[in-house]
Amino acid sequence: MEHFFLGDLTWSDLPHQWFTIGGTGAIIVGGIIVAAVITYFKRWTWLWKEWLTSTDPKKIGIMYIVMASLMLFRGGLDAIMIWIQQAISAGNAPGYLGAAHGYLDASHFQQIFTAHGDIMVFFVTMGFFFGIMNLIVPLQIGARDLAFPFLNSLGFWLYVAGAVFINMFFVVGGEFAASGWLSLPPLSEIQFSPGTGVDYWVWSLQISGLGSLLGGINFIVTILKMRVKGMKLMMMPLFTWTSLCSMVLVVASFPVLTITTLLLWFDRFFGMHFFTSGFGGNPMLYVNLIWMWGHPEVYILVIPAFGIFSEIVATFSGKKIFGYVSMVCSAIAITLLSFLVWLHHFFTMGAGADVDAFFGIMTGIIAIPTAAQIFNWIATMFRGRIRFTTPMMYFMGFVSLFTFGGMAGVLLSIPGADFELHNSLFLVAHFHTMIVSAALFGIFAGITYWFPKVFGFTLNEKIGRRAFWLWIVGFFMSFVPLYILGFLGATRRLDHYAASTGWQPFFIIAATGVCIIAAAVITQAWQVIVSIRDRRQNTDTTGDPWDGHTLEWATASPVPFYNFAKTPVVDGRDAFWEMKKRGERPGILPPDGYDDITLSKNTGMAIYLSGFVFLAAFGLVWHIIWLALLGIFGAIACVIIRSFDEDTEYVLPAAEVERLEKLAWKK
Amino acid sequence: MEKIMEKNDTHAFGFWVYLMTDIIIFGVLFAVYMVLRANTFGGPTSNDLFSLPTALVNTLVLLTSSFTCGLMTLAARKGKVNQTIAWLIATFALGATFLALELGEFSRFIAIGASWQRSAFLSSFFTLVGTHGLHIAVGLLWIIVAIVQLKLRGLTPGVTSKLTRFALFWHFLDIVWIFIFTTVYLMGML
Ligand code: HEM
Ligand SMILES: [Cu+2]
Repeated sequence: MEHFFLGDLTWSDLPHQWFTIGGTGAIIVGGIIVAAVITYFKRWTWLWKEWLTSTDPKKIGIMYIVMASLMLFRGGLDAIMIWIQQAISAGNAPGYLGAAHGYLDASHFQQIFTAHGDIMVFFVTMGFFFGIMNLIVPLQIGARDLAFPFLNSLGFWLYVAGAVFINMFFVVGGEFAASGWLSLPPLSEIQFSPGTGVDYWVWSLQISGLGSLLGGINFIVTILKMRVKGMKLMMMPLFTWTSLCSMVLVVASFPVLTITTLLLWFDRFFGMHFFTSGFGGNPMLYVNLIWMWGHPEVYILVIPAFGIFSEIVATFSGKKIFGYVSMVCSAIAITLLSFLVWLHHFFTMGAGADVDAFFGIMTGIIAIPTAAQIFNWIATMFRGRIRFTTPMMYFMGFVSLFTFGGMAGVLLSIPGADFELHNSLFLVAHFHTMIVSAALFGIFAGITYWFPKVFGFTLNEKIGRRAFWLWIVGFFMSFVPLYILGFLGATRRLDHYAASTGWQPFFIIAATGVCIIAAAVITQAWQVIVSIRDRRQNTDTTGDPWDGHTLEWATASPVPFYNFAKTPVVDGRDAFWEMKKRGERPGILPPDGYDDITLSKNTGMAIYLSGFVFLAAFGLVWHIIWLALLGIFGAIACVIIRSFDEDTEYVLPAAEVERLEKLAWKK
Repeated sequence: MEKIMEKNDTHAFGFWVYLMTDIIIFGVLFAVYMVLRANTFGGPTSNDLFSLPTALVNTLVLLTSSFTCGLMTLAARKGKVNQTIAWLIATFALGATFLALELGEFSRFIAIGASWQRSAFLSSFFTLVGTHGLHIAVGLLWIIVAIVQLKLRGLTPGVTSKLTRFALFWHFLDIVWIFIFTTVYLMGML
């Protein structure tokens, strides 16, 4: 009977280790503080009506970015914990806090590793990009909304549910997957990982992956179907192009992740034998499948950043982008090629020299379109009137680091070399160089660049540049030692090592570097706070603070919720730049007046639906069957109820548009 | 009116993209089945288990349901509500028959100890065929909702567009089944 109600849950699953108590405490205290502040300012209704239930992509975009920022702190904390452990765990010195080495016991250390990787990939980088795309893509193509506003809200709330779910182990269970960010079997099978950690891992990826998939479908349809009249595909801004490429990759690869991790869970839950080491299962099948998703995933994370940098370089060089067509072609080439290289992640599988050679060569080939992009950016800057603003600084940092890390990648793509360096810290350094320089710097640059568009004032330049330098210095300090350590033979995920290896000084330098990165992140937070304080000095009255090229700058800042008062007409690339050349100014009453605007209504259904999905997942992790069924049927009921609702839109009358436009441009 | 047409067009396109993702899911399941089908681990093989008549009857039932689904689309296009509902009910009955036959097959296998826990081959068999069956079950639920909406609202643009998407979904499942029939059942009995 007790098992019926509580499944596998027992009292001992409640927090009792220092980190679960700490984590749970942080969640509870944080929650209470937030709730108290909202109650004090009487903002509950406002929060619910204006934000949580909103289907406005700009609001959803901001919520994505807020959530991703929180998760950046969360994942960063993991990083710091990992580095401190590695800095102090050389030799046989007795550990602290009950650990044999350092201050984390081996299993806990591995769990932190898993959590760090997954949080950074799924909840930080993906979250930021979905946020920025929500903010900017509809504006760049002259649309008012995405093709499916409800699915957009649902995608966001599934992302939130996934993010909460990955932290649930703090509160119930006390254990996360100790099997690495991709949880390879047979280690992740029930036989070797009997706890609920891997189940939490599977379900947080299932939930958030579903959200990403919905987002992917939505953006593809939006970009292909909702462009303004006159904007042909080859006139789209490059950020829109790369978003399209990235979303095509999402739609083509996320189903593979979903089904592969689900099969792993079938092994664990139903006692199936897909990837077990006995009963005819095949663990290498999992490794192949997960990397068929995994390699495209790394390009999902960088291609949108390429687009962001293309916009920034063109704007701050005062020129049109050099080689637009080749930019588009190379982005498409990268998209396609990224499906043909997955095997480079496990040359050591033993597929034979021919297979390894094929994948090695394909991997090398991918560097060519990437290099084409880099040459085009540099050519754009050539003879431009360059303004070294913060986004531009991030771009310079990106180009240098990315080239460096890319060459390390090309080195790894030689199977013979990879046999030596596989799963060493050299590999870890490679992919951190790539992801930090492209994805993270791209995100920071993009946020700085588009901040005035969304909030109506620019970010503080001086502090922004300081943060950039801290990032660069911190990055070099923490990752150059890893390249060296990799050559010295240090493998990834070491919770301790012999003192005689002589590695400790490198680990200490790396840990110092991480502290500098932490300072950089704090500086960025400080930058936002100071900028909000000084917003009056930095107000953007023109809607176009950087002399931009693309349509998003043709609206007032902050962008009104209906985006464009009058849908613009486009007949070429860099539409807004051309408008400015023709002497057209936005914000002036058009001769034929404004039109009524149809917009989508708010809805709380996405929240309820994600809540039920969350409950279902929780029930499945803990084998609480009634809860799982409740969640599943609740979610189905939500879908059905929503399908009966045909009253999902409202009309904003032309007179009201006129009033709002006057207000927006009066400043 | 033009707006509504445009919107239905967008919805249909979005649904196509969704179907692409489903194709990829089935594609992975087929690939997994192909890799694991020989791994019977001393347990029953496909030759021991499958029977051609059952699979053939299943196929015929599902093909017929695709036919009735097509007739439903035609009726909807002509604006005949009652006929549309009648064909939806026929499709439902055939789909339910298919599902019952499939579950019957599953329980026969389990009764002789050939469950999904027996071997990697059986895990992949149950998962591939079961995933298709689950889709059919979702389709059945969809039919019920569609019938209710037809009764309440008639053939409004919104309802018609949903029916179009349902028909896409159902034909898609039919195609997937043809693949299952050939690669799992026919090839398994060679
Ligand atoms: C110039 C292009 C690139 C080449 C030639 C390249 C090559 C490689 C190779 C050969 C490996 C496997 C190393 C091993 O496991 O031993 C690898 C791993 C990896 N690369 Fe790259 N790479 C490139 C670009 C990128 C980019 C742009 C990203 C991400 C933004 C990235 C992220 C990763 C990740 C995440 C891993 C493996 C992570 C793991 O094993 O857990 N790479 N790369
Ligand atoms: Cu790769």
